[in-house]
Amino acid sequence: MFKKVLIGAAGILVGFLNGLFGSGGGMAAVPLLKAAGVEDRRSHATSICIIGSLSLFTLGVYLYRGEVQLKNALPFLPGGIMGAAAGAWLLQRLPVKWIRLIFSLLILYSSIRLFLR
Amino acid sequence: MQWLSALLPAFLSAVLGALGMGGGGVLLIYLSVFRQMEQMQAQGINLAFFLPVAAVSLIFHIKNRLVDFKLCALLIPAGLAGAYLGVLLAGSLPETLLRRLFAAFLLLIGLKELWSAFRAFREPRENAAGKREK
Repeated sequence: MFKKVLIGAAGILVGFLNGLFGSGGGMAAVPLLKAAGVEDRRSHATSICIIGSLSLFTLGVYLYRGEVQLKNALPFLPGGIMGAAAGAWLLQRLPVKWIRLIFSLLILYSSIRLFLR
Repeated sequence: MQWLSALLPAFLSAVLGALGMGGGGVLLIYLSVFRQMEQMQAQGINLAFFLPVAAVSLIFHIKNRLVDFKLCALLIPAGLAGAYLGVLLAGSLPETLLRRLFAAFLLLIGLKELWSAFRAFREPRENAAGKREK
């Protein structure tokens, strides 16, 4: 029972982040799934199923409230779909620690730039 | 031209997302930080972008039997309530505050990724999927 309440609270938090920032639900979902004892790759895959469903709903609310126009997102779709396939293929083959290091520094730089904007 | 300039950032965002980095927010970082797009608009585009990308990844993961549907069924209903609250809050906050909150969230993500990278360096010979290399 306690575990179910905890999972429910975790779900609310994940959805809240995804709704507030339009992203980032995965940053909460993956560690939460791991904490619930789900193995690494399974956590990652399951989080995509969860965040995908939540994102579909969130996008619906954004559209309903007129926060975004779908046509502005269209130019990003072809590159995105190719990238997703390439990434899924690379996941099994690439030692990613260097990419992760460079990427983390880029995020920290972005964060500072966004604070100063 | 608009389509051409979107191709590379979209491709890289999706590759990084599929490698499990950035929690599906890489395109949002690009739009908000480097294109200086209005925050809500950038967030909406990021959501619309994430859906087909997630669908492609899911096909691979379901085929590899990596998705735990029981946990999905438990987490998604609670998540929907949270998502609705999140959108309401985002819509009512001033643009600058929302952007600053996102910047703070990015700072956390950046530190977490940096920590993961350091851990990966301390445990060498492991690839992205957590498999030992031969």
